[in-house]
Amino acid sequence: MIVLPWYRQDGLFSGASALFQGFGGNAWLLPGVVLALASAGLSLQPGWRKGTAAMVLVVASMALLVGQGFAVGLNGPNWPGIVAHFPAAAEGQTGLGWGGFIAGLALLGLLSELLAARGFCRGERFASGAVVIIVALLVLFVFFPILKLGSAAFISPDGGFALVEFWGRLSAPELWRLNCFQGTGRCGVVINTVILGTLAALLSTLLGLALAMLVARTNFRLKRTLRAISILPIITPPFVVGVAIIVLFGRTGVLTQLGADIFDVRPTRWVYGLPGILMAQVLAFAPVTFLVLLGTLEAINPTLEEASTTLGARPMKTFRTVTWPLLRPGLAAAFLLAFIESLADFGNPLVLGGGYEVLSTKIFFAVVGARYDLGNAATLAMILLSLTLVAFWLQMRWLGNKSYVTVTGKSDAGLAAPVPQVIKVAAIALIVPWVAFTIGVYLIVVGGGFVTDVGRLDLSPTFSHIVTAFSFEFGENGLRLYGSAWDSMITTLWVSAIAAPLTTVIGILTAWLVARQDFAGKKAFEFGTMLSFAIPGTVVGVSYVAAFNVPPVDITGTMAILVICFMFRNMPVGMRAGMAALSQIDRSMEEASQTMGAGGLATLRNVVLPLIRPAIFTALVYSFVTAMTAVSAVIFLVSARHNMATAYIMGRVENGEYALAIAYSAVLMLVMIVCVVLIQFVVGQRRLGRRKELQGAGPAPAE
Amino acid sequence: MSDTAIEFVNVIKRYGSAVAVDDISFSIAKGELVTFLGPSGCGKTTSLRLIAGLELPSEGQVLIGGRDVSRDPASERNVGMVFQSYALFPHMNVLDNVSYGPVIRGGNKAEAQAKAREILEQVGLAGLQARLPSELSGGQQQRVAVARAIVQQPEVLLFDEPLSNVDAKLRRKVRAEIRDLQRRFGLTAVYVTHDQEEALAVSDRIVVMQAGRIAQIGTPQDLYDRPATPFVADFIGDANLIDGTVRGGHFRAADLELVLAGDDGPATVSIRPERITLQTGGPSKVLSATYLGSRTEYVIETGAGELLVSRPISEPAMPSGSAVSLHIAPGDLTRVR
Ligand SMILES: Nc1ncnc2c1ncn2[C@@H]1O[C@H](COP(=O)(O)OP(=O)(O)OP(=O)(O)O)[C@@H](O)[C@H]1O
Ligand SMILES: [Mg+2]
Repeated sequence: MIVLPWYRQDGLFSGASALFQGFGGNAWLLPGVVLALASAGLSLQPGWRKGTAAMVLVVASMALLVGQGFAVGLNGPNWPGIVAHFPAAAEGQTGLGWGGFIAGLALLGLLSELLAARGFCRGERFASGAVVIIVALLVLFVFFPILKLGSAAFISPDGGFALVEFWGRLSAPELWRLNCFQGTGRCGVVINTVILGTLAALLSTLLGLALAMLVARTNFRLKRTLRAISILPIITPPFVVGVAIIVLFGRTGVLTQLGADIFDVRPTRWVYGLPGILMAQVLAFAPVTFLVLLGTLEAINPTLEEASTTLGARPMKTFRTVTWPLLRPGLAAAFLLAFIESLADFGNPLVLGGGYEVLSTKIFFAVVGARYDLGNAATLAMILLSLTLVAFWLQMRWLGNKSYVTVTGKSDAGLAAPVPQVIKVAAIALIVPWVAFTIGVYLIVVGGGFVTDVGRLDLSPTFSHIVTAFSFEFGENGLRLYGSAWDSMITTLWVSAIAAPLTTVIGILTAWLVARQDFAGKKAFEFGTMLSFAIPGTVVGVSYVAAFNVPPVDITGTMAILVICFMFRNMPVGMRAGMAALSQIDRSMEEASQTMGAGGLATLRNVVLPLIRPAIFTALVYSFVTAMTAVSAVIFLVSARHNMATAYIMGRVENGEYALAIAYSAVLMLVMIVCVVLIQFVVGQRRLGRRKELQGAGPAPAE
Repeated sequence: MSDTAIEFVNVIKRYGSAVAVDDISFSIAKGELVTFLGPSGCGKTTSLRLIAGLELPSEGQVLIGGRDVSRDPASERNVGMVFQSYALFPHMNVLDNVSYGPVIRGGNKAEAQAKAREILEQVGLAGLQARLPSELSGGQQQRVAVARAIVQQPEVLLFDEPLSNVDAKLRRKVRAEIRDLQRRFGLTAVYVTHDQEEALAVSDRIVVMQAGRIAQIGTPQDLYDRPATPFVADFIGDANLIDGTVRGGHFRAADLELVLAGDDGPATVSIRPERITLQTGGPSKVLSATYLGSRTEYVIETGAGELLVSRPISEPAMPSGSAVSLHIAPGDLTRVR
């Protein structure tokens, strides 16, 4: 803090330190320097950890750090009155640099030491530090942006309250109109969003149920194929399905043309709007609901159904009175999950929306382009967030109160009742078009990039799109990449490769803290991490724009903001995987390690991590894949220098360059598959290596 | 250096609003083996974990070797612990499990392994160093767990129901081994069990706990012969608890009258079943007689209620329904209230 540059300026070492800045006019930095020196002095004394003085100092320093950061904005003071004491504040300050960052980190470290000395986390210093740092990160990168966004909704840019404007925006008829029900035009955005969410959730739950029934309760022959197909959408960028639908059903689409020829009708743009978005979403979410419902169905104890049958009930009656009621909570969970996904979906409405506006796209258009209106975007984002949180809360309540799992721990002897014939036929009738459709979509994704213009039915094979995107040359100066897509591809790989391990670390660490440590506020901590998962990507995107465009944390346009965004959006998945794995492992092994003198970190490394390797793999793969396919949040955060593949593809779609977009998507998916296999290879290899080493010698020392 | 290895000073441990350990104070001398004994949920494990540092007290102090460690985490205390489930690391072989502590504490790897080998030899596992825990029998795993706990010469060795996973036959042998090791290494040990026979067999002293508090501390003989409360009398061995009154150096309950010094007033006495002798003919009746191999247990109906009596089979059997009289020597009853 004394030596490293306080502000984020051009280079790492070209800025001035706080001390220098302090005497150089920005006098508000001086108290911080004094406090830091005092803390350093105190920590030299024995027994300082348990004293009150240290606590007071650290808390005061943190308050000062945060206070000074927010007191003075980029172009002047945020709070009037500061200028009177510190004249230089009128000129403003830029974002924090390394000095500020390290000062913050050091203070957090001190705080955690002090807390541990007071028995926080059973006095375990590493755990205490981890909690403090993760909480600080969550506050900074999840809650602070949301709060900032929330305040942007009713505080005008010049600092005054703008409640009237807020109310005006909130009650605008373009949000709440019900015209479409009266046949007099379009509905409001909120209504549109809810209609789309409800329909998409309903249809995908139905489809998911049909799939789950066939897989779990019949001897249907294509079970394995169904399972395999249902995995596909997980590695598919969300809007690719949308593009494929345009190619199939758009005005010049393959099937539209075919239909037009056969039935001699004029091709229309019917697919743009609700029908198209709905189709794309159902296709994308059905696998999710399928997995939820399959879990529910497989958890129903077959002996219950068997009992009903032996009591003389016919299959239909058994289904209605036993299976269905047990299934209902699962259905509710699946429905709400799909509803939340639909609210958060951004790619498909953007590609297929036409005039049908939903909240996520509306938010996007409120901040990009000429009509930049953060206040409006913030208001819309708050509405979207509220809708999502209500659904999330309902889901939590539902799953919290009703235990629909009837697994007893004993192996269930009974045979699951086969579903009634009627239901089976209905399910197959639903599934067949879905499978055909999915195959069609993926045929286009695989083949569309290699024909001249799949959008206009010019099917002559060509590599021109791939060449446009990915041409390269080995010249005298080594490898040269000409293709237009290389930049975004390389950025994407970098960002994903950096974000995936970080996400895994923070996710698994959080899981370990929640599952194994005891500390005040643990419930709130757990809830906070889960909440960060519920926030729709679009909302995260705008909130980052609102929060990190200005000092003290000014990181928009950097690669860091992309990585950070992925870290906090995907950490709950790593956390869940970690918690599931940890619940299988006897806690006394870790306690044994502790009594033998291993601190938290050593225990984690030597005992916990080797035992939960599969969870680590899951978390790595998931965070890698999501980072490569996500659109909603990153589209707000990309910059000309750091563009992501999905954002680039999105741009091509908007220009109508479907073939290029599809070709790129196919390459992206291929790269993903290769990377996943690679991760598996690396993680698997490491395990083997370790085993050998362990058998030969003592436990592996720190690497 | 003092002779006290462990000391609890008014220790309280709360979980939310529930109190698991309620204002406990005691001290354990160096080289002693002390058992925590009590019914399920009385706070034995919690007390043990407080010594280990796996829990920190909500109030009060824990001292190990005279040093206040109340706020120190487990990793900074020098204790060894044998867990109920053994908690061996499944991904490390026996040698690595045992040398884990010395290596973690910053020892040289070769030295650590030499030390581990030595201990393994002493517990009779020399040939099994390269095996994984899953390739060992339950008894062998137990010994690895003990070896792992003592390899660092801890100030205190803690056992949490170490024999509950060992079958009944082996239990006696293993518990003798543990006692032998503890004596041989001169270790201070704390042992948790809810099996009173086990406690009587291995302990120098026993701490009887009840609902988070200490009911009585004493040598096995103290507790058996002079229980301080009805709870202790009943929990350690079998006891007949009789309510009555004391007046003028005599205890009376219905037609029962026994010599008992002490203050006048209502009282409860405890009489061990094997301290009552029976003779044919008298005011009481044999309700049931149960043959148990080495002894016969009678339930006798008396004016003071039903009493349990245990007699060696060398004495003539009293058939059920016969009339008997009871004899109790003055030293064989203990006032517990
Ligand atoms: N982590 C915890 N959170 C809440 N309550 C706890 C926790 N651990 C223990 N308790 C409670 O504290 C009390 C004492 O528990 P403890 O494990 O010490 O009992 P115990 O004497 O070892 O019993 P047992 O013989 O069954 O092992 C119990 O009522 C228990 O429910
Ligand atoms: Mg216990």
